[in-house]
Amino acid sequence: MRPVRVLIAKPGLDGHDRGAKVVARALRDAGFEVIYTGIHQTPENIVRTALDEDVDCICLSVLSGAHNYLFKKIKELLKKENASDLPIVGGGIIPDEDKKKLLKAGVFEIFTPGASLESIVTFFNKKIKPRKLSK
Amino acid sequence: MDLNPQHCNDGAKKKKFTTISDMEVPPLVTEKDLNNFNSKTKLGLPGDYPYTRGIYESMYRGKPWTMRLFAGFGTAQDTNKRFRMLLEHGQTGLSTAFHMPTLRGFDSDNVQSRGEVGVAGVAIDSLEDMEVLFDKIPLEKVTTSMTINGPASILFAMYIAVAQKQGADIKKISGTIQNDILKEYLAQKLWLFPPKPSMRLITDIFAYASKHVPKWNTISISGYHIREAGSTAVQELAFTLADGIEYVQHGIDTGLKVDDFAPRLSFFFNCHNDFFEEIAKFRAARRMWSKIMKERFKAHDPKSWMCRFHTQTSGVSLTAQQPLNNVVRVALQAMAAVLGGTQSLHTNSLDETLALPSEDSVRVALRTQQIIAEETGVINSIDPLGGSYFVEHMTDKMEKEAWKYIEKIDQLGGMVEAIEDGYPQREITNAAYHYEQQLNAQEKVVVGVNKFSMEEKRPIEILEIHPLTERNQILRVQSVRKRRNAKKVSECLKKLKLAAKGDDNIMLPMLEAVKSYATVGEMCEVLWDVFGHYQDPAII
Repeated sequence: MRPVRVLIAKPGLDGHDRGAKVVARALRDAGFEVIYTGIHQTPENIVRTALDEDVDCICLSVLSGAHNYLFKKIKELLKKENASDLPIVGGGIIPDEDKKKLLKAGVFEIFTPGASLESIVTFFNKKIKPRKLSK
Repeated sequence: MDLNPQHCNDGAKKKKFTTISDMEVPPLVTEKDLNNFNSKTKLGLPGDYPYTRGIYESMYRGKPWTMRLFAGFGTAQDTNKRFRMLLEHGQTGLSTAFHMPTLRGFDSDNVQSRGEVGVAGVAIDSLEDMEVLFDKIPLEKVTTSMTINGPASILFAMYIAVAQKQGADIKKISGTIQNDILKEYLAQKLWLFPPKPSMRLITDIFAYASKHVPKWNTISISGYHIREAGSTAVQELAFTLADGIEYVQHGIDTGLKVDDFAPRLSFFFNCHNDFFEEIAKFRAARRMWSKIMKERFKAHDPKSWMCRFHTQTSGVSLTAQQPLNNVVRVALQAMAAVLGGTQSLHTNSLDETLALPSEDSVRVALRTQQIIAEETGVINSIDPLGGSYFVEHMTDKMEKEAWKYIEKIDQLGGMVEAIEDGYPQREITNAAYHYEQQLNAQEKVVVGVNKFSMEEKRPIEILEIHPLTERNQILRVQSVRKRRNAKKVSECLKKLKLAAKGDDNIMLPMLEAVKSYATVGEMCEVLWDVFGHYQDPAII
């Protein structure tokens, strides 16, 4: 079986990339294929990259408070591309209330400050599988 | 009797004791370990070279540090209200947090700004917003710090314009713009242009302010963000001073006299959890900077030798879990900053891992500083820790380790070249990952997170940004564009472009453009046309 491919992306305008980079490295060390977009990516860019690279999961790190808009926008764009099955995992400073709403709106999981690397890696090992392309 | 260090570790629970940055800490430091410590050359007196004990003769006996809480959210009106609340409660200086679009040079109605307007700071699109932000705040009397880097020249020009409108003498206004672009490439990642044109904008500001706004701190060379991005304390110290060296060298290379601009350079450090490591860092910073300025750059004015700095307690050290514990962390960090001799201080609020701070939590953060100043008595004697065997040992060690990094950066050709090479970025990323692994292995402890954790209900209310903020701000900037003199704006933008292409100081046409109510986004577009963009190297 091919390794699971994960896209780690930083949408929006903020440059807080410590968390994204630490998680990228932890997943890489745990055997995942990791593609990191770098910061300041538009939702359109992220979805394009995810589809071009055939990833199995999109991870979005946002610390600017713009998560509600950005997560939903990316979800919408995926739907347009018939890729709604592609799971989105979020991370960042995301208040509990927003987290609940976003999970309800179809975001697969959200990790907030204090989440251990171990818990994140375990989650990916258990829950993220190679995506079956419908084409 | 000679001490056997082996015995000091008898009964110790760990083989090795280290600081939060993983620097080894000896079990006991005695006079002998300080190797002929010469207090005259190493310390001097407060207010004297090399300023290890503080930059002022009377330190906090003369004047306590400036209590300056970073604030900004929603519209200019929302933040103006918060500013006035803080001043009423005894805050002594202002500090402005701009929203992400302003920091990145976009107007609120730019498509890239969707979801970000007024969320992580205050929305400023044009001079009109700036007028509201400082409404009923006398700029000749209050000092204002503005955390702005890429578009620093624009926001500085707006501040000057507001002060002039208030009738203030701009020779008397005082405050700070962060204006430290090098640490943007290193850590905060909010650049607008590539390094070289960015450095030119900075020296234009140095030159303009030294003539026209002489009391302004034209740069705040910042270690804060480097540390938040995951560096060690030594890296924070070394990279910050190396950035400082680059700015001074650049100023000299463009023909400025060192003593004309160096006295207005200021610094900004983090204060993390490791109490003595932080105090040692502050003391080492002063000693090292004075040596750099006197010996390397041959500055003559003692004001050029002084490392004046602002401190902010560490945002990343706060936990979303059991958030009330953050009050204790902030108090201890603030105490270290005060014992380290800071000139101004921001204390974080307990809810800042969840959202921007609420009014109640900000008040506690301000009161924390007031308690340290008024109740604890730690300010009564200057540098009370000076001469402590342990503190001097740690200060020496910090200095020694930081010089090694500075040498390495010199070898790479200076900080701009080091950044292009990616060296400091890799060092920071590696340190961040190392710490995270230590947390995972429980070699380092965060109370409430990887030890003493518990199930809890979040007990606190957090600040919510009004949902109509974005829409209202968009209408506002669009209305400004309709009301202003369009011909005047386009003439001003042309002049700005001409100055950007040539060698004339950018500040004069910038000031004119700002006064014509050209927007942040419009001015940045002009500059992008001339200076180009910079791409994130995305090092992991």
